[in-house]
Amino acid sequence: MSAPQITLQTVTGVDVELTIAGPGSRSYAFIVDWHIRLLLAMSWLAVGHIIYNGGLTMVPEPGGGYVLWVWLPTILIYFLYHPVLEVAMRGRTPGKRIAGVRVVTREGDIPSAGALLLRNLFRLLDSLPLCYVVGLATVILTEHHVRVGDLAAGTLLVLDHDSSASSFVSTAAAKSGLTPQAADLIQELLDRWPALDEHNRATIARTLLARVEPQISADELAQLGTLDLRNRLLARLSGQ
Amino acid sequence: MSETTGLQAWATSRIAAWSDLDSILDGLERKRDHTVTDSLRAIELYRALGRDLSIVRRTLPASRMTRALAQSYARLHAVIYRKPHNWRERLRSLFQDEIPQVVRELRGQIQLVGLLFALSTGAGWWLINTYPELIGLIASEPMIEGVEEGRLWTEGILNVVPSSVLSVGILANNIAVSLFAFVVGVFFGLGTFYMIAMNGFMLGAFFAFTHQHGLAGELLKFALAHGVVELSVICIAGAAGMMLGESLIRPTHATRRESFRHAASKTSKLLVLCALLLVVCGFIEGYISPDPDFPMLNRAIIGFGYGVVMVAALTGKLFGGHTRRRTRNSEYASNTARSI
Repeated sequence: MSAPQITLQTVTGVDVELTIAGPGSRSYAFIVDWHIRLLLAMSWLAVGHIIYNGGLTMVPEPGGGYVLWVWLPTILIYFLYHPVLEVAMRGRTPGKRIAGVRVVTREGDIPSAGALLLRNLFRLLDSLPLCYVVGLATVILTEHHVRVGDLAAGTLLVLDHDSSASSFVSTAAAKSGLTPQAADLIQELLDRWPALDEHNRATIARTLLARVEPQISADELAQLGTLDLRNRLLARLSGQ
Repeated sequence: MSETTGLQAWATSRIAAWSDLDSILDGLERKRDHTVTDSLRAIELYRALGRDLSIVRRTLPASRMTRALAQSYARLHAVIYRKPHNWRERLRSLFQDEIPQVVRELRGQIQLVGLLFALSTGAGWWLINTYPELIGLIASEPMIEGVEEGRLWTEGILNVVPSSVLSVGILANNIAVSLFAFVVGVFFGLGTFYMIAMNGFMLGAFFAFTHQHGLAGELLKFALAHGVVELSVICIAGAAGMMLGESLIRPTHATRRESFRHAASKTSKLLVLCALLLVVCGFIEGYISPDPDFPMLNRAIIGFGYGVVMVAALTGKLFGGHTRRRTRNSEYASNTARSI
């Protein structure tokens, strides 16, 4: 079953399909963000505690200043992490960046600050009764995998893989006479290189090299080791 | 020339344009105030990318190049169609026009929630007045013992917690309660209904209980300065929650989801003002309400005076909304007259 998509309709008539993030990507982003905000809040608490009390010793009745300058910022960091960062980073957070997702409107645009704050306000509900059970249930059950906050704000989470950096390598390959299709295949192989079995990747690499460099003999190819094959493919792709 | 050779030649000719695409897009995304040159460059790039994308889609469907161009095109589209960034104008419009408009639309719900709160307060009073032993269901043992010994739980609170800390704790709690009263409206309004009813019920019950021990006047004295606005704001947030519920029961748009989204985005604007009003309430409750030396008359002036400020803020008059609307209307009238 393919992932649901939304279409970003543009005035030029060239529409772009955006793939909606599923429960897995959402949960992954949330878990990364949760660890980051917990780490930030705990760091503030520890540093503030050491500065205020001159060490890690526990004070039985801390004063008002301790609550205001140590505890309050800790709580604010923890609870305002998502709304502040989503507004500042236009629908992204560090966790979302790592998970390759971002928040967009149902039309595919960057949401307004109001919409981002509203989707975060509904975390109060989505986090009920504990561990985001309500949010997770609605994400699993709804067509576009959204939680109640997204329904209220009219937002979605879409996949935002940063593939552009490597993909334009294939255009550079055009300089060296590679066809875009061949460049695409080489790039695909190099991306999947660590995940492939050594024998398989060597076989595929030899087949590809035989196609793009017909001057190399079969014996010569057979003598190349895995590392040599990889380097050769990389050199071919970068137009050397 | 074969199709592949032609494609290769075309891709080669476009390399220069694509090579620094990422850095251009990063720059455009980061910048807030684009110059005319930036904007023209972005539009030109948008057209060129659209053309390129259209070509590679035909010739190399599902390739990396197509995916990359589509992604860059979507990024540029988002930059070009980003709404103008003017915080000052946005805030002015929010407080002068949008919030008063929401309040006008919510008038019915505000009256309904106010009535519910009053009735549940009466119910709480009646229940504890009739069955005093039931106070154990809603008050803690130390609170009950304190009142029975003739002192309120609020007495001497400043000896335990400084005003600043008390204020922050109270305002955070009140804001959380108001926001919660709003969001639980999603349960077809029932969540809000129970929250408002429970708050009213507890208020009535506490007053009845303290009245039985001759401390109702003291409790009123404590609550007067902050309570007028605090309770009103909770009711207003509840009214916004009721509208959420109503949008699901009686959808105003084609689908319940659309209706809910419209109601949520409209009513949530009101919560900004509610939160601001509750911040001041928190400071009044932290600094003035627990101070036994603060006279009753001054508390009443602060409580009702702040109530007037709240009404002025809700109707937009505090932010010059009324004057501005009048000016706009007279401008419209004179323009119409001129056109006739």
